[in-house]
Amino acid sequence: MKIVLNGETTEIRAETLSDLLAECEFPGRVATAVNEEFVPAPLRNGHRLKDGDRVEVLAPMQGG
Amino acid sequence: MKRFYGTELPNPLMLGTAQYPSPAILERTFRESGAGVATVSLRREGAGGAGQTFWAMIRDLGVQVLPNTAGCHTVKEAVTTAHMAREVFGTPWIKLEVIGHTDSLQPDVFQLVEAARILTGEGFQVFPYTTEDLVVGERLLAAGCEVLMPWGAPIGSGRGLSNEYALRAMRAEFPDVPLVVDAGIGLPSHAAHAMELGYDAVLLNTAVARAGDPVAMARAMALAVEAGQLAHRADPIEPRDMATPSTPVIGKAFLS
Repeated sequence: MKIVLNGETTEIRAETLSDLLAECEFPGRVATAVNEEFVPAPLRNGHRLKDGDRVEVLAPMQGG
Repeated sequence: MKRFYGTELPNPLMLGTAQYPSPAILERTFRESGAGVATVSLRREGAGGAGQTFWAMIRDLGVQVLPNTAGCHTVKEAVTTAHMAREVFGTPWIKLEVIGHTDSLQPDVFQLVEAARILTGEGFQVFPYTTEDLVVGERLLAAGCEVLMPWGAPIGSGRGLSNEYALRAMRAEFPDVPLVVDAGIGLPSHAAHAMELGYDAVLLNTAVARAGDPVAMARAMALAVEAGQLAHRADPIEPRDMATPSTPVIGKAFLS
């Protein structure tokens, strides 16, 4: 299916959010949101993705 | 020194982690300034996991991490960002920014109060980036905030304390609340000025990170906040319009 991952249209095989993180090789410490709603780490396994979902994967970054 | 949500800081200097010439300089800046708080952010993770390298370095510094909601313009955006930050950084501390004006980056205080109310209700310890407005300060405290962070001047402007009168009034109005001047500091004298007014800490980023020598500037800032704090505690004299001789007049020889 096609989703929008961090702003880029992406073709994926994963069916759940946790599988997506593995497929795209995101490292450990990230936070996720789908369609602008926060998805806590314990819920990623059960969160099924669907075509057109907008997924944000955020990581620690410099800030002021 | 006042406690920030029960935490005593090693000194009154809070430093941002953005805009440094290199990660090595960022690391040295923290180590040599002794700053006890580092503000951090969340952004999209790129290929190669740059965020993980950054996080490993901050963690090794052993400083208190203060995640921000920089760039958020709505309550929902700020609250969602705070949720994500709490999970990633493992702290209930959140520097709450809800920006209302593009050019000045002035906080939208109406949405700020609403977001603060939601987040404190969810157990966050909110550090609200606000203006020097006393009524907004009251509302933020009523919303559950135990710290206030009024701006000194617009973020990154380096203008120092634009409204000393209002910052002084805020200090007088909330004598027991930890107050931090956040944003607008450009020089150590600005930072010392905030501390001389009785503020409990200063949060700055650009003034250090964009200086020609960030490590030296951070040390200067650390010395300035310490000097300002000492001066405040030493009960400074009031300024006056007329001169008063400091050398005794009595006993002066008649030599004319």
